[in-house]
Amino acid sequence: MRYIRPSSIEDAVGLLAEASGKAAVLAGGSDLLVRMKGGFIEPELIIDIKAIDALRHITESEDGFVIGAAVPCAVLGENAALRRAWPGVVEGANLIGSKQVQGRCTIVGNLCNASPAADSVPALLAAGAKARIRGPAGSRTIAVEMVPVGPGKTSLAPGEIIEAILLDKRQPRSGDAYQRFTPRTEMDIAVVSAAVKLTLDDQGVVQSARVALGAAAPTVLLVEEAAEILTGSRVDDKTLDRLAAVCSGACRPIDDKRGTVEFRRKVAGVLAKRVALAAYQRAGQK
Amino acid sequence: MMAGIAVSTNINSDNAEFLCHADETLLDVLRDRLGLMGAKEGCGTGDCGACSIILDDRLVCSCLVLGAEAEGGRIETVEGMAQGDQLHPLQQKFLEHAALQCGICTPGFLIAAKDLLAKNPDPTEEEIRFGLAGNLCRCTGYDKIVRAVQDAAGVMRGADHEF
Repeated sequence: MRYIRPSSIEDAVGLLAEASGKAAVLAGGSDLLVRMKGGFIEPELIIDIKAIDALRHITESEDGFVIGAAVPCAVLGENAALRRAWPGVVEGANLIGSKQVQGRCTIVGNLCNASPAADSVPALLAAGAKARIRGPAGSRTIAVEMVPVGPGKTSLAPGEIIEAILLDKRQPRSGDAYQRFTPRTEMDIAVVSAAVKLTLDDQGVVQSARVALGAAAPTVLLVEEAAEILTGSRVDDKTLDRLAAVCSGACRPIDDKRGTVEFRRKVAGVLAKRVALAAYQRAGQK
Repeated sequence: MMAGIAVSTNINSDNAEFLCHADETLLDVLRDRLGLMGAKEGCGTGDCGACSIILDDRLVCSCLVLGAEAEGGRIETVEGMAQGDQLHPLQQKFLEHAALQCGICTPGFLIAAKDLLAKNPDPTEEEIRFGLAGNLCRCTGYDKIVRAVQDAAGVMRGADHEF
């Protein structure tokens, strides 16, 4: 096995594209090293992207935020502007693993690991985040929900690397939130999870919404029907009950040691209600 | 066979250079190549925290870092906590509170607690429990560890120098 630490994204893409055997991109390593240790993956080449300066920063501009692929999740939580603009995204990212893991793990890694239970991904979907991809054919930007296609599988072409996650500037009267259900408060994987992002008009009526569910299907799920129910409402009890029913219905979960299909369906609805209310409060309504 | 990757680091304020293989973890380098046996391998998958070290001011599991990734890095391990015969207040309070039994988790707890107190010198019990949630102890039931950290935090706040 070889280890290379390129200093530019062009070099990283070149190495990845030209690799003759299995090559792996290393950012935080909290998934990759575990999979290597377990013998699930034996890369011939490891491309460590942490020396690429452009990937190591969160930059804020007129358009919003660019979060580099090598930024550890702990740094998201330490960024006051990001916390203010996208509290749901930050709370998802900061739920991954322990403090030790927080210092290494990245949201791009979480996305590319393509677990349906990934804690940072539902809030990114709800936020309408985009992934900026670099590859041998150049650069392209796609919606985050287009990245995972199944457990452990992404739509990335050979030689492609996600270099950053893009988040829009926070719109006025907007809020987002993420919650998960786990038997323990720390160091656990979501049994089921939900994220909601709302934008209100100046009367406090929901103008637009996005709803995402985690650990409820083979990929994190964007539930458009649930967003339609919230739109035009004031997030009242009746709306919340309909939201819960639609979210429960949209689930296609598995039965496993963490939870049954029935339990996941029920809790997906409960969490959708709670995060919709939390997002509504953050958008400026009680 | 390859000679290995040459890596330059600073460990506990001393410059340290080593050769390692591409797939060798920093934990294995510390223990097997540098003789620093404080960090322990519990799970090897980042769940137990027994291999905790501080790398560039971040608490990390050294089992989830490759030796090669430490190039240019500043590493703090449990071996750097005591100053000669003078134990670090956390070490002293772990002894006084009997906050260890088998001892396997202790270096990880000490380093994690050091990192916690560096960032939050006066944590609540809840903050200590959350801050140390990445470290597992199967002996003590955690209460003694939490009390030792609280006690050490008090000593460190009252001290006229930094630990």
